[in-house]
Amino acid sequence: MRFRSIAAASLAGAVALSTLAACGSSGESKNEITIAYQRNTNNNVRYMDNFLGTVKKQFEKSHPGKTVKLVPIQATENDYYTKLDLMMKSPRTAPDLAYEDTFLINSDIKAGFLQPIDSRVKTWSQWSKFFPTAKKSVTALDGKVYGVPDGTDTRGIWYDKRIFRKAGLPTTWQPKSWDDLLAAARQIKKKVPGVTPMNVYTGKANGEYAAMQGFEMLLYGTDDQLYNPQQKKWVVGSKGFRDSLQFYKTVYSTGLAPKPSAALDANIANNINLEWLPASKIGFTIDGSFTANNWLPTGGKPWKQWSKDLGWAAMPTQHGQAPGKTSMSGGWSWAITRQAKNPDLAWEFIKSMQTEKNAMAYDNASQNIAVRSDVAADPEYLKAAPTVKFFTDLVKYTHYRPAYAEYPKLSTAITEQQEAVTTGSSSPAQAAADYDKAVRDIVGAGHTTKVSGTKQ
Amino acid sequence: MSSTVVDAPAGARSAHRRRTLVRGLPLLPAIVLLLAFLAGPIAYCVYYAFTDMQLTGAAETHFVGAANFTKAFEDDRFYHAIWETLVFTVLSAIVGQNILGLVIAVLMRAASAVLRQIVGALVIAAWVVPEIVAGYLMYAFFRDEGTLNEILGFLHLPQQNWLYTLPILAVSLANVWRGTAFSMLVYGAALAEVPQELNEAAAMDGAGALQRFWHVTIPVIRRSIATNLMLITLQTLSVFGLIFAMTKGGPSNKSTTLPIYTYQTALQNYEIGYGTAMALVLLVIGALFSLVYLKALRPEAD
Repeated sequence: MRFRSIAAASLAGAVALSTLAACGSSGESKNEITIAYQRNTNNNVRYMDNFLGTVKKQFEKSHPGKTVKLVPIQATENDYYTKLDLMMKSPRTAPDLAYEDTFLINSDIKAGFLQPIDSRVKTWSQWSKFFPTAKKSVTALDGKVYGVPDGTDTRGIWYDKRIFRKAGLPTTWQPKSWDDLLAAARQIKKKVPGVTPMNVYTGKANGEYAAMQGFEMLLYGTDDQLYNPQQKKWVVGSKGFRDSLQFYKTVYSTGLAPKPSAALDANIANNINLEWLPASKIGFTIDGSFTANNWLPTGGKPWKQWSKDLGWAAMPTQHGQAPGKTSMSGGWSWAITRQAKNPDLAWEFIKSMQTEKNAMAYDNASQNIAVRSDVAADPEYLKAAPTVKFFTDLVKYTHYRPAYAEYPKLSTAITEQQEAVTTGSSSPAQAAADYDKAVRDIVGAGHTTKVSGTKQ
Repeated sequence: MSSTVVDAPAGARSAHRRRTLVRGLPLLPAIVLLLAFLAGPIAYCVYYAFTDMQLTGAAETHFVGAANFTKAFEDDRFYHAIWETLVFTVLSAIVGQNILGLVIAVLMRAASAVLRQIVGALVIAAWVVPEIVAGYLMYAFFRDEGTLNEILGFLHLPQQNWLYTLPILAVSLANVWRGTAFSMLVYGAALAEVPQELNEAAAMDGAGALQRFWHVTIPVIRRSIATNLMLITLQTLSVFGLIFAMTKGGPSNKSTTLPIYTYQTALQNYEIGYGTAMALVLLVIGALFSLVYLKALRPEAD
């Protein structure tokens, strides 16, 4: 009896211990690389999956015995960053390659998630083809390169000519100030009932998408900005910040924008671009140059007539002050993680993605703006969509986010206050004050300034 | 350990102790598992709460003492989240699930067997559905173009954008819908144990149905009430998926309960240390509730 219980106990203990031990060992082979990237929450949008699938096939053919494991993270933008960071935090789950938004890359570098690739790009024949601004976007404060960019973007206004015609507005349109935007929206509201006049992204659920496509498109058209590059301090208490929030208040409290409940939905971008715009349900929307990828034959909602039914215009500055137009630019990049098991093979895969042909295929399918001189000059790239030249020319007016390690937190603080104004729970002045408080908490009061400085 | 010059009682005692130890041996795997998978994470969690650990943006983690807690108690949104949590718990668990569960259990005793089975099946169905599925069902029910507004429109009653104007009420109703089955089952079992003679004796003394319920039934099932309250309170305090699926805590934090705020802080603002500290506060709130209920469970009133 006693023997039996001891035997049972030791058996159970042994099983428990061996289970624990099993958790510790890893089974990754030296011949496999894993690649983590964001998969769109809409099941029709698969251009990234298709692109990676193609390169994977080429790569496995030219590297016999090696396998590429794609790890799609199907999530909204902010949830993607969270999941990716959680994966990179542990050596057991870290992918070899990670797809990084350049606004987050400094934060992830500071966290020690990525490894520098200077020695690799130095001997890589293609690196000289990348534009300097693109190289800068993947260079950290320590001066080292941490990623290979695969495209950039600018932002502007997409408007529906069919609705503009009905509203008696010009079908070739270039607004000169915020007032022009509001006037057009009001006219649409009056003349074309049942249509949402305009959209500017807002709210926490949309994360960085709302901060950049929405708020910063306004703010960087005022005399102010988020960060003073001369003083190297974060700006608080600026008039431009309050005015931008006031713009939100105006459009969301007078029915010029989507209902706040719809605007705060995490799927608003897909709703607008895949449904409302094609169905002529919205007058105009402020969005990225890449928006057209949805309507190409490779996109989520192929739409033959899009380039005839839609027009595109630059975002005006607040009162039309020089230079008259504004835009924001970002972009994504491929980075090798610090915990990568096969960094050399991962680098080989980046090189395969960045042959001229593959780089162009991706830029065309995603409607990104080329970051390589050879792609930018390729006639096939230039004729992939009629918008390419227009949005490429906006680079003259564009601004870059202050992509320091603190920026992702400030971006969240912006979306919180956007949301408060959108729902009417805060006045623009109160929301601006709450943002200032958040900034002081995040960067420390010593790193803030009331002066915006000159934009770079 | 040798038993050369030991007196008999001591030897017996040590032998006895040895036997207890050996008999306790089969518990060892369970204890190891408990320590590894329950106590371990909690200890880890307590440690994180005193650090400035971040998800991204910093490579090193420092011990920061009670800084996270002082920060929390100076944070308006933290108080707001506690308030929302209490409203949600009182509204949906203590009032909603508890009373509705009791009422359904009482009515079911008077109902015919067929009706009892149908109602029971319906109520339990809501409970069996996974939380996230229940969340989406309730989202579809309450959203602007949702079922509830369709019904209200059909009846020519004023419609509401429930998830936008009254999010905390919407998620509370959803939690009542989802969790009532549990209270119903507990009370169903408790009511079956109420001795029939007590009720009959009270009836002989001229007590009405309500009086009998209040003075006879309630005191008898008092312990079941306290146990049930404790369980549903703890369950409701930590509800996350249901609220997240329905409102994500919005709009403008109007349904941001503490678990949602913890998630936002730790995983969306990347402040793991701070978020963990909040989770610990939630643990304390749960413990306080439990103390109150445990007090009600004490036998002295019997």
